This record gives sequence, C-alpha cells and structure tokens, in this order.
Amino acid sequence: MALPNDPDPKLAEYAHPEKLVTTGWLADHLDDPGLVVVESDEDILLYETGHIPGAVKVDWHTELNDPITRDYVDAERFAQLMRQKGIGRDTTVVFYGDKSNWWAAYALWVFSLFGHPDLRLLDGGRAKWEAEGRPMTTAAADRPAADYPVVERDDTRIRAFREDVLEHLGKPLVDVRSPDEYTGKLLHMANYPQEGALRGGHIPGAKSVPWARAANEDGTFKSRAELEALYGGEVGLAPSDEVVVYCRIGERSSHTWFALTQLLGFERVRNYDGSWTEWGNAVRMPIEREVEPAS
Amino acid sequence: MTAEVLPPALAEIVDLFATSPPRDRLELLLEYSQQLPPLPSRYAEHPERLEPVPECQSPLFVAAELGDDRRVHLFVDAPREAPTTRGFAGIFHAGLDGLTADEVLAVPGDVTSRMALAEVVSPLRLRGASALLGRVQRQVREQLATASPTA
Repeated sequence: MALPNDPDPKLAEYAHPEKLVTTGWLADHLDDPGLVVVESDEDILLYETGHIPGAVKVDWHTELNDPITRDYVDAERFAQLMRQKGIGRDTTVVFYGDKSNWWAAYALWVFSLFGHPDLRLLDGGRAKWEAEGRPMTTAAADRPAADYPVVERDDTRIRAFREDVLEHLGKPLVDVRSPDEYTGKLLHMANYPQEGALRGGHIPGAKSVPWARAANEDGTFKSRAELEALYGGEVGLAPSDEVVVYCRIGERSSHTWFALTQLLGFERVRNYDGSWTEWGNAVRMPIEREVEPAS
Repeated sequence: MTAEVLPPALAEIVDLFATSPPRDRLELLLEYSQQLPPLPSRYAEHPERLEPVPECQSPLFVAAELGDDRRVHLFVDAPREAPTTRGFAGIFHAGLDGLTADEVLAVPGDVTSRMALAEVVSPLRLRGASALLGRVQRQVREQLATASPTA
C-alpha cells in the first residue's frame, strides 16, 4: 500500500507533488509500514557515520552497477537487491542523500528504469534533515527480507545511449556540468589531470545549465515558478520537448532529469548516463568548444 | 612482494586493507577517517596556508612541513561530511607523518591501488587519493629545493 502524499503547499505546485516529501512529513511517517527510506550518497562512507533511523543504504557504485560491464544491474540482480533491502514492489521508497540529493536522484532514476511504482525524494536531502536536528543513528537497519518480482529494465523511455544522442543532435540537450567542464577549459588547466576524459567541451548544441541551479542553498528544489523561469524562460525548453540531459556519468543529470520530469511535467526527457566520460573518450564524436557558456 | 619499498607504517596499512574482505575495508577506511588529527591552530586559523587538492570530489586541503630534522609532518583537513576523503587523509597521515623526506618521496604513486579499494570505492576517489600523495611529495620537493638549492 502506497503511503499518502505530502500535502505541503510548495510541493502541491509541482507537476507531480507525490514525487517529493518534506523532512517534516518523513519524520511523521518513519515508522509507517510500507515505507523504506534509502540513503544514497556520493560519499559511500557517509551512511556509516550516521543515517536516518531505519534507512537502508544503496551504494551506487557497488550495488546499482553491473560489476563487469559498464551498465546497471539486470532485472535478476535488481530484484535480489530489493529483496535484501526489504523493499517490495508496492513499497513506498523515499530517497535522500548528500550533495543536494545528486546520488539520491541518481538512485531514484535507476529504480525508475525498473518501473518501481512509488519513488520519492526527500526535499533537501541529508543536509536539511541534519540541519534541523532530526534524529540520526549509526545502528544498522534491520529490515526483514521482502519479495520482489523480476521486472525487466526499460532503457527506452528515460535513458539515452550514445547512438540515441547522435540521432538526437539538433534537438534540445542540457549539459548540467560546471561551466569549465562545458567549455572544455578544464583540459587546459596547468598541472591538473583531466578527470576521466581525453577531450574537453560539450555535445554540439547543448545548453549549459549547471544542475545546482535547480536547487536552493539548503538543497531543496526551487519552486515551480523559479524552475519554469529557468528551464522555460531562460533556456527555452517546453514540456512537450524531447530533451536529453547529461553530465559526467549521469548522476548530476539525474537531478535535472528529476526536476524536468517530476517537478515540471516534461514527458520526454532522457538521461544520457554514458555522459562525458563516454562522449569525451569515444572516437569521432562531434564536440563543440567555446570560451564562455552561452547562457 | 611490492610492499618492501614502502615505509613500514604505510606497508602495514596497505597489507591490512589488501588482506581484509571488502566489507571490512570500508570499516577500516571509516576508522582512519576518525583518526585524522585536528589541525593545529596555525592552520585551523589560517586555512589559506593549506593547499587545496581539487582532484578530490570533496574539499581537501593539505600542508606538508619539512622540519629541521628533514622529517615530514602532515596537516590535512577534509569536512566531516566527506568521510571517504577523510579516510584517505587519515591513511596518509598514519603512514607518512614523521618519515624522512627521502622516505616520503620514495612512496610509489600507485600505492592507493594496492589497497584493494577499487572494488568498494569509485575510481575517481582513488585518483583523488593519489593526487593527495602527489601534492605532499611536491611540497616536500619544493621545501628541499629551498633548503638546499643544489638538491
């Protein structure tokens, strides 16, 4: 049974208010049966230093990725992971994490590939929960194993591969990396190794909208009106547009994917998880460079 | 077999990681993150005296001081919200602090890859840890050069 939605007025403005919860709502529902809270962080040790009581950890690096191929786990492995974490197909899953929910949004996006019905993000993530002095514990979560069906991953709807992006050229692309990564300047910085790519720059036609522009200082999402002014007004995207978002490995762009699809109601946004670590390393990919980002 | 070129304290840490099961390696990293000593006031009050290590995904700052005895003293700072980064900082502090300049400079750049952490930590993390070692060694080299221009 899915849990009730958070009736918070800020959330009610969004296209899919049921996809976010506030810290207050989560605190009130922590003990509800049918809820599993998942912490997913960029820093994989952070959970061990203290987490929301009852929350389980999902490690993006070791648990969501296939150990051999650069891909996500398959249906069988995902089902095993869910059973082991105590998540059933009808469980309401609330994700939270560090860095304004980058990795939490990334985990949510990967869960979405498997079509898990009720996935929500904690607005403001770990930092907000801690800043409000809410309870944290180092006690390991002890959840009984659950049943989870083997459901095939659907890579067609919200995920883009390199070939898809090549076909997509000319349609809206959003590069959510930092301005220096976008322009290709990072390659030229003296004495610094380039982080994982042989070429710098961006996919031709991509607009630069660093992911953090969708977030407030406290890590919560900006209001619907602010997000519309940014993606609609400034960048010129419309909810009916076909959009591809990317970053370095697809984690920061999951945050933007979430903002566009869940908060603004875009229906055709795909995350290119190969992102710059594929595009900037692959042979003969078209690349654009410029000194300053256009926007 | 590769460990004999490492200083004993660091070799011991590397062995400890390499021979532990993956789950315990994370636990160990957490312990080292908790062992990183706080900065003395001359750095705590003047964080600009520490050099940033931008290769790390989280803020990390380091200063290596070469004492009159040619021994190296390490001062590293990383935020509490970045325990993995603190963990690597703690490892290098435990393994390098108090060694001679020559011993520090002799540590191979790939030492972090010998700790069998690639399975549990992302590659970018390991690169950040190597970058930390690189900065320490460069700072030591610079101070050696200042101390005796012919060195």
